[in-house]
Amino acid sequence: MTRSRRIFAGAVTTALVTLLYLGVTARAELRIDITSGKIEPMPIAIPSFLGGAANESQAGRDIAGVVSADLERSGLFRPLDPRSFIQNISASDAQPRFPDWRQINAQALVTGLVTTQGDGRLRVEFRLWDVFAEQQLTGYGYTTTQQNWRRIAHIIADEIYKRITGEEGYFDTRIVYVSESGPPDKRVKRLAIMDQDGANNRFLTDGRALVLTPRFSPTAQEITYLSYANGAPRVYLFNIDTGQQEVIGDFPGMTFAPRFSPDGNRVVLSRAENGVSNLFVLDLRTRRPTRLTDSQAIDTSPCFSPDGSKIVFNSDRGGSQQLYMMNADGSEVKRISFGSGKYGTPVWSPRGDQIAFTKIDGGSFFIGVMRPDGSGERLLTRDFLVEAPTWAPNGRVLMYFRQTPSDSRGHGGSTRLFSIDLTGSNQREVITPQDASDPTWSPLLR
Amino acid sequence: MCTRLIGILGALVLLAACSSTPETPPGGPGGPQSLGGPGTGSRSGLPGSQQDLEASAGDRVFFAFDRSDITPEAQQILARQADWLRRYPNVTVTIEGHADERGTREYNLALGERRAQAVKNVLVAMGIPAGRISTISYGKERPAVVGSSEEAYAQNRRAVTTVN
Repeated sequence: MTRSRRIFAGAVTTALVTLLYLGVTARAELRIDITSGKIEPMPIAIPSFLGGAANESQAGRDIAGVVSADLERSGLFRPLDPRSFIQNISASDAQPRFPDWRQINAQALVTGLVTTQGDGRLRVEFRLWDVFAEQQLTGYGYTTTQQNWRRIAHIIADEIYKRITGEEGYFDTRIVYVSESGPPDKRVKRLAIMDQDGANNRFLTDGRALVLTPRFSPTAQEITYLSYANGAPRVYLFNIDTGQQEVIGDFPGMTFAPRFSPDGNRVVLSRAENGVSNLFVLDLRTRRPTRLTDSQAIDTSPCFSPDGSKIVFNSDRGGSQQLYMMNADGSEVKRISFGSGKYGTPVWSPRGDQIAFTKIDGGSFFIGVMRPDGSGERLLTRDFLVEAPTWAPNGRVLMYFRQTPSDSRGHGGSTRLFSIDLTGSNQREVITPQDASDPTWSPLLR
Repeated sequence: MCTRLIGILGALVLLAACSSTPETPPGGPGGPQSLGGPGTGSRSGLPGSQQDLEASAGDRVFFAFDRSDITPEAQQILARQADWLRRYPNVTVTIEGHADERGTREYNLALGERRAQAVKNVLVAMGIPAGRISTISYGKERPAVVGSSEEAYAQNRRAVTTVN
């Protein structure tokens, strides 16, 4: 089977929309510095995109709505109430009446247009304006099928985010997670997938087999995860497009804790033999395993660095559950966690500059980050049970799950997904139809 | 009526004699069986069955937080399990290892496996062939007792011997 990148049904084509130059004096750049802790969200006006026919103007309202919601949820933007708008935008490429937008204190303005092509496909154009500099900052046009309008909205939100913050966005992504239902001692777990804003949620498995810890491939529409199908815990691959599942860790004894390598060609995982758990890497083309650790301890939760040269993992070889680092071939193991308490679930940021983890100390759980050398440990959130951080592709946002305590009848406990900025602010619940755990964040879909 | 009363008293005396050692934490399911009608064979199940194992030996042992070492209490239960397994040489078992919810998911899967293996090692050391015993871990996924209390957690840190 070739490990090629799949072009899936949601393909979107892009064209740069001509910038309008309006000859204006230079001014301080419209920019948000997202690394500086608490930020005053930038007021931005996003009127509905223009559209002639009924379906076009509906799409224009829907797209503006999704763009606004994405930007608002990032915590960096404050979309203004459309009822406060003074100018009624009637042409998306004409110069806006900037004084009208300055008057309501918008710093940025987004205008757009939706048309239908001859082949029935949707064409969407947007322009981002700097209201005080009276300048267009960027603009693009996109073409896709009518049903795919949400992806265009997320791509536009990413463009705006990128232009204003200087960072890649994360809105054109999906989340796979474990959807949970039932009482705690008869829990039903199913793999599910949704857009990062919660839309388009659908189930991938039927709940008959216990499924845990899904992880996105960086290069293909594929998940690796743990399943108890056939009565034995093993690592599987799941193809999101075809729904096909295949076991890849069929050794004697449990295989678990799988993650893809950055090139998508290998899966690193844990394998239990005689009560001891060690790390192996499996080449997906040859299916040959290579042993990485040979301790008498528990070695688990391995994660590659984004450049593929190192692996961070969880081990109790020193007597308690801590984080360790080694070369990708298993050499030069060294401990990197040294704070009080126990550490688990290490996950390397796609930027390579931070490792997120779960920490358990004094009976509380924490989500935290540290630099790859173990320094600079910062705890972002604390609760009865928070666990399993996953990084957005821009390395600026984390998603994790939080579980509340249940009473002696098994009531009261809920398990939900939350997101939080790397700065520790903007903690938000992610809406899912049922309880949810074990989120994994896709790369940018483009 | 009178003979039934004597039968119940007799059963009481028998059970009291068998369960004099405190082998499990308070309320542990491996303890004395509830009283029923006069000594029915079906209460302890068919010979070689799961119910028979539970009645004769107890089907589970418990562990301290984050530990997989076999306690003296567990040792006694496993000795009885080994006796029972010798009595029924065609029976094979699976040791299920479990953890409480106060740990991370993957580490708990590994810990459950370590606990199951610890029990298997004791049974093998007591002479049961390793080929009769397999292990499986459920980590924190299958609590026996619901609720986020220390009492529930103590019941969930367990290895359960199940007849295949």
